[in-house]
Amino acid sequence: MLTRQERVPILPEEESEMKWRIVVNEDWCKGCGFCYTFCPREVLEKSDKFNTKGYYPPVATNIDRCVGCKLCEAICPDFAIHVEENAKSKKGEK
Amino acid sequence: MTETSRISTIEEHPILEYIRRDRLPHIFCSACGIGTVLQSFATALRSLNYDMDNMVIISGIGCTGRASGYFAADSYHTTHGRAIAFATGVKVANPKLKPVVISGDGDLFAIGGNHFIHAARRNVDMLVLCVNNFNYGMTGGQMGPTTPVSAITVTSPDGNIEHPFNLVSVAAASGAVFVARWTALHARRLTKSIEKALQKKGFTFIEVVSPCPTLYDRYNRHGTGLEVMKKYREISVIRNFSDPMQAEIDYRTRIVCGEFVDSEKPEFSDLLEEHGKKLQKGD
Ligand SMILES: Cc1ncc(C[n+]2csc(CCOP(=O)(O)OP(=O)(O)O)c2C)c(N)n1
Ligand code: SF4
Ligand code: SF4
Ligand code: SF4
Ligand SMILES: [Mg+2]
Repeated sequence: MLTRQERVPILPEEESEMKWRIVVNEDWCKGCGFCYTFCPREVLEKSDKFNTKGYYPPVATNIDRCVGCKLCEAICPDFAIHVEENAKSKKGEK
Repeated sequence: MTETSRISTIEEHPILEYIRRDRLPHIFCSACGIGTVLQSFATALRSLNYDMDNMVIISGIGCTGRASGYFAADSYHTTHGRAIAFATGVKVANPKLKPVVISGDGDLFAIGGNHFIHAARRNVDMLVLCVNNFNYGMTGGQMGPTTPVSAITVTSPDGNIEHPFNLVSVAAASGAVFVARWTALHARRLTKSIEKALQKKGFTFIEVVSPCPTLYDRYNRHGTGLEVMKKYREISVIRNFSDPMQAEIDYRTRIVCGEFVDSEKPEFSDLLEEHGKKLQKGD
């Protein structure tokens, strides 16, 4: 039985200057491949680990190339990926 | 909407405030375009900061018909084909409400076809979002009014011999004040069109050409949902305000997308109210 898991941002793992942060809910992903195929910046790739349903979710292997266009978020049929602006990059904001 | 459904932490998907989270993950197959349409609709609600107390989300029966059950809004899952009839009732009973119908090609244009043309003719204020997957998904992939000529379905195993409807042309000819077509690949343009349509008063229609990898696309050997989306990328062209009569969907050559109609005319519930006042005054 699947439970809703807390979403964990895939990257960056440490302090980072990255502007965008990609958040994946791995257990909601149904492995359609839309996000990593249509990302215009080749930020995402298919993971080599499968989730609790046996699907391969995306991983961000090239996060510094992300331009925050949110196409991955818009096209995901399973609400499994979204893009957030990194709080640290928002100058003058908390 | 309940208080708790509005609470969201930073790592939570921003559209979840519009979704009944306890219903997720949803039932749609992997790579089915219906999920993308729900995502686009929720994103549009969010960017308009739409007051959900003024919206009713209505579906008919079908895979797409499950849509109404996923939104944290007043919603109604009607009998097959009757979503638009129900939406008309909502609008007339309480003109402050915006009915949104999210349903499939079969539900809206086979059994529900007459409701569609007459609600468009009367210009009843509502948004109709049609997920067109060219077949009856929920019942196992039968042919319907949008199945292309020669397509294989369980009820046309040797190829469909019927001519399909061109939905944007039907909508425009019936009198819709806003008509658009996108594919599931055009998620961001779709979101923009939904935003536009929600801000208009009148009968607005958006068709979304969408993969059904489990049935329609499998019978027709189109490959996975991902391959279907790649095909959409290859063959779709955007022709805003072109003639909807000419806006073909041909999987071998091209799919014409865009916004075809954006016009104004008096809306039904407004006319009804005016008319009622006139009669009361006795002139
Ligand atoms: C009165 C009635 N007739 C027939 C059916 C069987 N039925 C259920 S869904 C459906 C068609 C759904 O097709 P569509 O609207 O295209 O939705 P999809 O599943 O493709 O998203 C039919 C014929 C029904 N439920 N009720
Ligand atoms: S936001 Fe755009 S660039 Fe960044 S991962 Fe998503 S699709 Fe790629
Ligand atoms: S688009 Fe969504 S469901 Fe498809 S592979 Fe990416 S995260 Fe998974
Ligand atoms: S049967 Fe087709 S339309 Fe229904 S959920 Fe599966 S892919 Fe989507
Ligand atoms: Mg259908």
